[in-house]
Amino acid sequence: MLHILRNVRFGAIYGAFAVLLVAVALLSVRSGAINLSYAQIWDFTLAALGGTTASDSLHQAVFLQIRLPRVVLSAAVGAALSVSGVLMQALFRNPIVEPGLVGTSAGAAFGAALVFVLGKSIGAAYSDALGAFALPLAAFAGAFVATVAVYRFSAVGGKVSVATMILAGVAVNAIANAGTGFMAYIARDPQARSITFWTLGTFTSADWRAATIVSATTLLCTAIALRYAKSLNALLLGESDASSLGVDVRRLNITLLVLNTVLVGTATAMVGVISFMGLVVPHLLRLLRSADNRFLIVASALLGAVLMILADTLARTLIAPAELPIGVITAFVGAPVFLWLLFRQHRGSAGKGGFYA
Amino acid sequence: MPKNMSKQVLKTASHQDLQTSELIATNVSYAVGEKQILNSVSVRFGVGKVSMIIGPNGSGKTTLLKALTGELTDITGEVHYGSERLTRRSAQSFARIRAVVSQQSELAFPLTVAEVVMMGRYPHFVAAPTQEDKRICTEILERMDLSTFQKRNYLTLSGGERQRVQFARALAQVANMKGAYLLLDEPTSYLDLKYQHEFLTIARERAEAGAVVAAVMHDLTLAAQYGDYCVAMNGGEIVAEGTPNAVLTSALLREVYGVNSVILSASELTYPIFATSVIHR
Repeated sequence: MLHILRNVRFGAIYGAFAVLLVAVALLSVRSGAINLSYAQIWDFTLAALGGTTASDSLHQAVFLQIRLPRVVLSAAVGAALSVSGVLMQALFRNPIVEPGLVGTSAGAAFGAALVFVLGKSIGAAYSDALGAFALPLAAFAGAFVATVAVYRFSAVGGKVSVATMILAGVAVNAIANAGTGFMAYIARDPQARSITFWTLGTFTSADWRAATIVSATTLLCTAIALRYAKSLNALLLGESDASSLGVDVRRLNITLLVLNTVLVGTATAMVGVISFMGLVVPHLLRLLRSADNRFLIVASALLGAVLMILADTLARTLIAPAELPIGVITAFVGAPVFLWLLFRQHRGSAGKGGFYA
Repeated sequence: MPKNMSKQVLKTASHQDLQTSELIATNVSYAVGEKQILNSVSVRFGVGKVSMIIGPNGSGKTTLLKALTGELTDITGEVHYGSERLTRRSAQSFARIRAVVSQQSELAFPLTVAEVVMMGRYPHFVAAPTQEDKRICTEILERMDLSTFQKRNYLTLSGGERQRVQFARALAQVANMKGAYLLLDEPTSYLDLKYQHEFLTIARERAEAGAVVAAVMHDLTLAAQYGDYCVAMNGGEIVAEGTPNAVLTSALLREVYGVNSVILSASELTYPIFATSVIHR
């Protein structure tokens, strides 16, 4: 029904998304409390590339130190969460999986909350040099433990039980959320507030350090994932068919768990928990064009980046000069879109071959 | 007998010659907890033969097949493809010469028929399919009457159509291989009469071209019609093996399935027909 891009070449779709990405990024760097013109952006960029300061140094600083890193970070986080959605859906062989469902996000949040609240009191271990990595590492560890736990419970003998997966996901999420809640409870006020704000996601603290870390890990993980695209497709048939097609299933599963938690852990450490991105983007692409994972990885990275930049632009302009948490936007927009897709698909395919039939 | 239906499509080219030799299981056992599912099974599946594995539900047929493919990693005993032993590592390299059609696939995503069949070529290309890979898939889709289905969403297909697609995928995987191993788990369960014969005819063609074919079957008439060799299983053990005519006797069917049977032969047929009924106590 929605298959409108069915006969469009993958390359053409990538191209269109890339153009869209540039357009959205330009729109986003322009707008905010101070509106910049395209001429100004052009001047600032040239000046920055030439290593000089433009005549309008305040606006240049807004552009280079606030807007640009924030747009880069949004794009990287959007790409990371969407690619992670693709990988997790292949690993669990189920289209309902997203980092929020199988504990990845909640685990990362708990890991990060530990660092937020206890970090400073560990003192010596939390030197500033180490501090830069303590947060992403703790988030990664939390995400990894939570995801592996859910996976171990739900995949028995090479088959993933959907019911067990959801129940294990609920339980692991409950533990992680309780942990995060407890951290917020024992935290002093400013810390507690930052945890609360952060569980809904925010790009307010975006800087070049965060943008660089997330961009680098996302590019790396996406490139590695792309090498496994064939194996991911084979895995969709089930572990036994995949192994008869020559896939080392055990190694692939571990690789996927690690890639996924690196992607989600790093992104979550920098900006907090952002829901629905990993679920909606791959779904949309499957409905529009194809379920081929080679296509999904590249296209999800691009479309996820576009949508996240848009969401963040909305978050900081809707009630300017105040800001909405980004998770509120992605859930308010993403969830209804998802429900609509669900409704359309379900009505069209009731009793046939499942959601995508 | 429709052994020589003259379709040349799958005719084997020899540029990737791997000399096939027997598929051998030696003292293969497998247990889940207390339950012994395979009990020291030893069997040889010969080159150029279609071997049929028969037996009641739960007798270990599918488990034996999984042990042969390397999917079960915690079996005791050994499996050899010719002189090469099957291990977790070698299982991957065998993917170029060994194809498996399992009972059901878990696919829950909207892949097209052409995409699923192309997966059979995955072990053969690195990043993108070559012209040769595409040609093979096109030919096989044609052979399986799936040409018009190429762009169909796999999830919208019926059980029989899905089985044809999975079989096409397996054939694509070992196309162009002079020697190959084709392992089929109830390949005809969802098929209509025409395609049951079509499948088994193709399996015969592959065997005659030098492949090892082993299939789990429930239909004894088809097993006798297309099989060169027959292995009867019961309770995790092999209880009889040999030519279909030698193995498929009334006594064996009573022992293994617990049914009465009349085995009919007709002068114009080279294979028997089985009429079976429940034993009333």
